[in-house]
This record gives sequence, structure tokens and C-alpha cells, in this order.
Amino acid sequence: MTDETADGPGYAIAEDGSFTAPLTLAYPYARTVGPTYGTFLTGLAAGKVHATVSADGTVFVPPAEFHASTGEALTQWVEVASEGEVVSWSWESAPGNAQPFDRPFAWVLVCLDGAGTSMLHALDVTDPSEVRTGMRVRVRWAADAEPGIGAITCFEPVTTGGAS
Amino acid sequence: MSNEAEDVLRIRTPIGVDYAWSAGRRSSAYLNGLLEGRLIGKRCPSCTRVYFPPRNGNCPMCGVLLVDDDVEVGPNGTVTTFCVVNVPFLGQKITPPYVAATILLDGADIGMQHLLQEVDAADVRMGMRVEPVWAPREDWGPTMENITHFRPSGEPDVDFTDYAGQL
Repeated sequence: MTDETADGPGYAIAEDGSFTAPLTLAYPYARTVGPTYGTFLTGLAAGKVHATVSADGTVFVPPAEFHASTGEALTQWVEVASEGEVVSWSWESAPGNAQPFDRPFAWVLVCLDGAGTSMLHALDVTDPSEVRTGMRVRVRWAADAEPGIGAITCFEPVTTGGAS
Repeated sequence: MSNEAEDVLRIRTPIGVDYAWSAGRRSSAYLNGLLEGRLIGKRCPSCTRVYFPPRNGNCPMCGVLLVDDDVEVGPNGTVTTFCVVNVPFLGQKITPPYVAATILLDGADIGMQHLLQEVDAADVRMGMRVEPVWAPREDWGPTMENITHFRPSGEPDVDFTDYAGQL
């Protein structure tokens, strides 16, 4: 219960005599990802974004295993761009421990070019005035990420007239 | 799809929350007692039952708030019920068979569970008198682990009728 790794005794005594101590409740879960997400995540590790396509032509990013309306199993794949448009966003003013940045940033729903759905990720901006619906953003790839969505570090704004 | 990288079959998804935990004033009296090698319970001002470890809040029997009425209990006690652990399990620290006993400390009205050692499991019985064995003082902290285990004290057994109300 107490933190024995700390330099001190691992607890403190408040002015009113109450004992206080850090208490971390954590579970080191791991899970298998299955063929659909496995293909998506394998693509991300190679710097590519793969999407599933339904018979009606809808391109799903992240890939869906089944079409939400028809129940069709989705087994056709297509590669989409790593650049797209912000569909919606939310400002994160108080990031927690395991979040992409340790300072305020934006959560964005991005519709990648060629995709018919949008995906959630972080956008590297430091002020809400730097993000707006419709702005162009691109993937910033992580150099040595472990398998997972962390292969994308975040999205970053595409500056107009830039080199992209 | 690309086969440049190894296929991803599995991902880590650890979760966790960091709390700053406060024991509260009443449990803190108990923890402070353990630092000094004393066993501190709380007496209900209404029904006079003594709770050990003390509860933050109200007496579960009569609903009265347990205020700062500290009572030192023990250190010796009486085995009211017990369990002989014969089954090995993952993470087990003690070699079976061993005894987990509910011990009614002298002056307390509710039993606490602790390890009973230095006795053959077959010789443990209800009403057996036991005493605590403390860890070296330099290892003490605000924790019941200061008492490594209980062992028979050699005192005469207690008659069942004397603890029937505290089972």
C-alpha cells in the first residue's frame, strides 16, 4: 500500500494526524488484436494506413470488421493517405499521465484522404486558436513505437504552402 | 498488405490510476499505534463494543459515530475460528499446511484474521490462547505486517461461552 521505493518511509502524516500514502491501482493488460486490427496495426508499423472497404464503397479507417448497417463482413483492403481533414475536435486542458502530451493539446477526429470515416487522435498544437474544423493535418510517425496506435505519435497541422 | 514489419498479433493495454490515499483520523490512530507496537481500537460510545481494526465512520451495530475513544487491545488473544490452508496457489508465500485464524484480541469485540505459526495445524482449536510475534523493531511501519504471525501463548484455553458473543 505504501511506496517502499520512495526515499522516505512511503507515507506522510498530515497536520490533523491522518496518514496519507500514494496508492496506485494498475493492471498490465495485453490482448490479441485479431486479423482486422492486426492488419491495420501491422500497416501502421510500416508507416502505412490500411482501411477496409465495403461493397457499397465505404472506406473504414480505423478498419471495421463488419459494416454497421448491412452486417457485411469486410475483407477487402485499400491504403489511404496519411494526411486528411479535421472533422471535429475537443480541447484537452488537463492531460493525464498516459496521454500523448504532458501539456494542453487538441483531440481531433480526422478523416484521412480516401477514407469515409474519421479516426480519433491527438493534434500537436498548444492553443485552441491553432485548431479548427476543416483544417488540414498529417500523421507524425513514431520512430520506435511498440505495436499499437502509438505508431502514430500524433497529427500535426499541414502549413499551407508547405512542402507537403 | 505490407510484410516489411512483423505482423502485429498482440498489443499491451495497461491501465492504472494513481490515488493519494488518506487513512482518515480514526484509522490513523490505529496506524500510529502500530508504529509504536501498540494495537489501538475504537470503542462505540453507545454500545461500548470495541472495534479492531477501528472503523472510519459509524458503529455497524447501533449506528453511532465512532469518535476518538481509543482503546488499546491485545496483544494476546483467543482463536475463535480458523482455517487450515492445504491448497497451494499462485503467489503463496507460506508452505502449506498453515493456519489462518480469526483472533479475538483481549479487549476487542470483533476478531481479526492473522497467521498462526509455531504450532502443528492439527493442534489448533477454538478457544486457544495466542500471542503476537513482532518483526524486528527497525522494520516496523504503520502496518499490521509488524506482527509476522501469532503463536500459542501457553495460557489455558478459553471456554466457548466466553467468546460466543464475538463470533
